[in-house]
Amino acid sequence: MNLLINSRSLVVLDPLAFFFLVVILLVGFPALIYSLGYFKGKFTRTKLLTTQLITFAFIASMLLLVVAGNALFFLIVWELMTLLSYLLVLTDSENEAAVRAASTYIIMTHCGTAFLTAALFLIYRHAGSFDLPAMAAACQTMSPLLRNWLFVLFLLGFGTKAGIVPLHIWLPLAHPQAPSHISSLMSGVMIKVALYGLIRFVFLVLGISSIWWGIAVLALAIVSCLVGVVYALMENDLKKLLAYCSVENIGIILMGVGLAMVYLRLNLNGLAALAMVAGLYHLINHAAFKGLLFLCAGSVQKGTGTLDMEKLGGLIKKMPWTAAFFLVGAMGISALPPLNGFVSEWLTLQAFLSGAFNVPGVLALVFALGAAALALTSGLAAACFVKAFGITFLALPRGREAEQAKEAPASMLLAMSLLAAAVVGLGLLAMPIFNLLGRVAQPICGASLQTTDLFSLNLQPNSCFAISPLFMALILGGALLVGMTAYYIFGARKSRLGRTWDCGYYQTDSRNEYTATAFSKPFRISFSFFLLPFRKTERHKESFYHVSSFVHETHTTKIFKKYLYDTTLASLYRGTKIFKRIQAGSIHLYIAYILATLVLLVLLVRMF
Amino acid sequence: MALTDILMRLLFVVVLAPLASGIIAKVKNNLRLRQGQGILQPYRNLIKLFGKEEIVPENSSWIFRVAPFIVFATSVTAVLFLGTGFGRVGDLLAIIFVLALGRFFLALAALDAGSSFGGMGSSREMFISSFVEPAACLVIFALYLSPGANWSVAHILAGLALLIVILAETGRLPVDNQETHLELTMVHEAMLLDYSGPSLALLEIAAQVKQFFWLCLLASVICPLAVWLFIACLLALFFVVAFIEVGIAKYRLFKAPDLIIFGVILALLAVVSALLGV
Repeated sequence: MNLLINSRSLVVLDPLAFFFLVVILLVGFPALIYSLGYFKGKFTRTKLLTTQLITFAFIASMLLLVVAGNALFFLIVWELMTLLSYLLVLTDSENEAAVRAASTYIIMTHCGTAFLTAALFLIYRHAGSFDLPAMAAACQTMSPLLRNWLFVLFLLGFGTKAGIVPLHIWLPLAHPQAPSHISSLMSGVMIKVALYGLIRFVFLVLGISSIWWGIAVLALAIVSCLVGVVYALMENDLKKLLAYCSVENIGIILMGVGLAMVYLRLNLNGLAALAMVAGLYHLINHAAFKGLLFLCAGSVQKGTGTLDMEKLGGLIKKMPWTAAFFLVGAMGISALPPLNGFVSEWLTLQAFLSGAFNVPGVLALVFALGAAALALTSGLAAACFVKAFGITFLALPRGREAEQAKEAPASMLLAMSLLAAAVVGLGLLAMPIFNLLGRVAQPICGASLQTTDLFSLNLQPNSCFAISPLFMALILGGALLVGMTAYYIFGARKSRLGRTWDCGYYQTDSRNEYTATAFSKPFRISFSFFLLPFRKTERHKESFYHVSSFVHETHTTKIFKKYLYDTTLASLYRGTKIFKRIQAGSIHLYIAYILATLVLLVLLVRMF
Repeated sequence: MALTDILMRLLFVVVLAPLASGIIAKVKNNLRLRQGQGILQPYRNLIKLFGKEEIVPENSSWIFRVAPFIVFATSVTAVLFLGTGFGRVGDLLAIIFVLALGRFFLALAALDAGSSFGGMGSSREMFISSFVEPAACLVIFALYLSPGANWSVAHILAGLALLIVILAETGRLPVDNQETHLELTMVHEAMLLDYSGPSLALLEIAAQVKQFFWLCLLASVICPLAVWLFIACLLALFFVVAFIEVGIAKYRLFKAPDLIIFGVILALLAVVSALLGV
C-alpha cells in the first residue's frame, strides 16, 4: 500500500486552513511570551527546557494539522497533538489530580480518535486514496446510510476532542491542570482544531447530505451551551470555571456550524455563509478571550498561590493590570458591546432570525428556541463573569493569599495585553473581519458575503440589521461623555471616603462580604433539578446551648459523570471479569491469543 | 441621522423620563387613597442629589466610580436606537446587549463596596436578568416575524410578554420593589445602597431612562400609527403598571423566574402565531 506516495499534495492551504493558522498563532505567540515569566523559578532547568520544547512541538503539531491535505497525515498529526498535550497536562506530575486528569483525557480522546480512524478508513476503502479531493469525490457516490454513519463517527470523534456535552467530562479536568499558558492553548486553540476537523471533513469531504445532521448539531450545541454555562456558574475554582465556559462557547460556535448545515441542505447558501461566518467569528473570538482569561488566571495563581475564589478578593488594588485585562476578557466573553463576543453572538442571533422566513414553520420554531437558548446562555455567562471578576478582584481580600498578592512580571503582562488588544480589535473592526471571514466561508457555503459600509453590517437589502459595533462604540462613548459632563458640571464635586453601609452595626470586614457560593445560590436552587445540590451541616456542641464549631459541606452532582460514565464504567468492569478466566498469566498463552486474533483479522479483511 | 436630531431626542428623553416615574408614583398613591408626592418629585430628588456631597466606600476601586457613567451611557444609547433612524426591529437585539453592559457594571460596582447587601443585589439582579433575556429575545423574534400586522394575535401575545419583561427589567412588583426600605428584600436598590450624591443621581436617571425606553417600546408595539395615539398609549401604560403594582404582592425571589418563564412561553406562543400568520 503506497499510502503517502500516492498523494499529490500533502499540504492544503485554502482560506479555511489559513484562518485556523491565524487562530493558532493568535494565541500561540502570546502563550510563548507568557511562559517566560510564568515558569521563572518554578522548575529545574532541564524540566523547563523539556516543557518549552514540548510546547513548541504542540503548537507546531496544531499548525501542521490544519494544513494537512492527506487524511493519513492528518490522523498521525492528530495523534501527535493529543500525545503532546497529554504530556503538557502532566507537567506538574507530582500532583495526583493532574495525573488522574491526564489519564481521563488520554483515554477519552483516544476513544474519539478510534471513531475518526474508523471513519477515515471507511472512506479510504471507497476512494482508494487518502487524498482529500479523492475522498470527497468518493463520498458523493456512497449510499446515504453509509454517509449517515460516517457523519456520526466524525461527530463523535471530533466532538470528543471539542468537548461537546456529553463528551465533555475530560475538559474541565484536564484544562485547569496544565500550566496556564498551556490551558489557554488547549482551551483557546486545541478544541477549535477539532472543529476545524469537523468543518473540513463534514462540509468539504463528506458533503451535507441530510438535514437532520444540522439539526443534531444544533441540538447538541444548545445542550452544550446551557450545561457548560450552568456548571461554570457553580465553580469556585477560577480555572475550572473557565474550562466549563469553554464547553459553553464550543456550543455557541456549533450553533453557527449547525445552522450552516441546515441552510446548506435547504440550498440557502447566503444564509449558510452568514451562519458559518458567525460560527467562525465566535471561534476566533473565543480563542482571544479564553486565551486571555486563562493567562490572567495564571497570573492570579502565580501572584497569590491559589485559584479558589473564596480565598481571593481585592486583587484589583494589588494586581491592577491583571484585573484590567481580566475585565476586558470577561466583557468579551459576556458578549458586552462593543467588544468581540457581542459581535459574534449577535451575528449568530441574526443567522437564526434571518432564515425564519425561508425555512419550514417547525424549523423556524426550532430556530426561535435556539435563539432563546443563546440569549439565556449569554445572560448566565454574564452572571458567571460578574461572579468571577467581582469575587476575585473587587472588595476586600478574603484570605492571606490575596492580601500578599504580587503583580505579574512584565513578560506575562505583555502577553495578556496582546490578547486584550485582540479582544478589543476584533470587536471594533467587525466590518473588515466580517469580510475576511466571508471569504473563508465562501468555498464552504458557495456564496459570498460582503459588507461595504464601515458603520453597518448591513447584510441584505431588506435586512433588519444596521448597527455596527464601531458605530455603537461611538454612540456609547458620546453618551458616556454626556454623563460625565453632567456629573462634573452640575454635580457638587465634593466627595470623601466613608465606610460601607453596614446597617448601623459595627465595622464590616471581609467576612461580611458576599461569597462565590452565595452568589451562585439562586442559580443553584433554580437549576436544582439538574444540579442535584447536596448540603450537609454538622454542629459540634460543647453543651446543649453552645455550639463550638460547624462543619458545612455543599456540592453539586455532575449528572453526566454519575449516570452516564460511572454506570458504563461499572458495567465495563463487570464485563471484564469474564475475561479473567482466560487470563492465566502465561506469556505463551498471550502470544497465542495475539496470533489467533491476527489470523481472525486477516480472515475478516479477506472476506470483505 | 443628524447630530442635532440625536441631541434633541436625548434631551427629550432624559427630560421626560423622570416624569414617567413621577406619574406612576402619583397614580399608585392615589389608588391607595393617599395624596402622594407631586408628579415633579423625581426632578426635585435629582436636583437635590446633584448638589449633595458624595461618599465613596473606602474599600471600593475605580469600578465603583466609573459604573454610574457606563450605566447612564447604556440607558441613553438604548433610547437612541429606538424609533426612527436606526429603528429596524432586529437592531433591538443589539439593545438587549447594550443594556446588559450597564447591568454588568452595576452588578460589579455592587460587589465592589464589600457589603453583603450589595452582593445580594448583584447576585439577584443577574439571576433575574438571565431569565429576562430569552423572553426579550423571543419577543423581538415574534415582532420580526409579523411586521406591520397590527393587533394580530402575535402582536398581542408579544405585547403581554413584553409587559412581563418590563416589570422585571424596571424593578417593579412582583419581581422587585422600588419602594422598599428593607435591604434584604431589595434587588436593584440593594445595588445602589452605597451610592450617594451625583453618582446616585446618574444611576436614578439611568433607571428612569431605561424604564421609559421599555415603556416606549411596548407602546410602539401596541400602536405604532400616530403620534397622539402613541402618547395616549404611553399614558395608559403608566396606569397599567401602577395598577399592577398596587394590586399585587412581591413574589419570593425563587418564584420570580416562574413569572418570567410565563413571559417566555407567551413570547413563544407569539412566535408560533406569527408563523401561522394570525
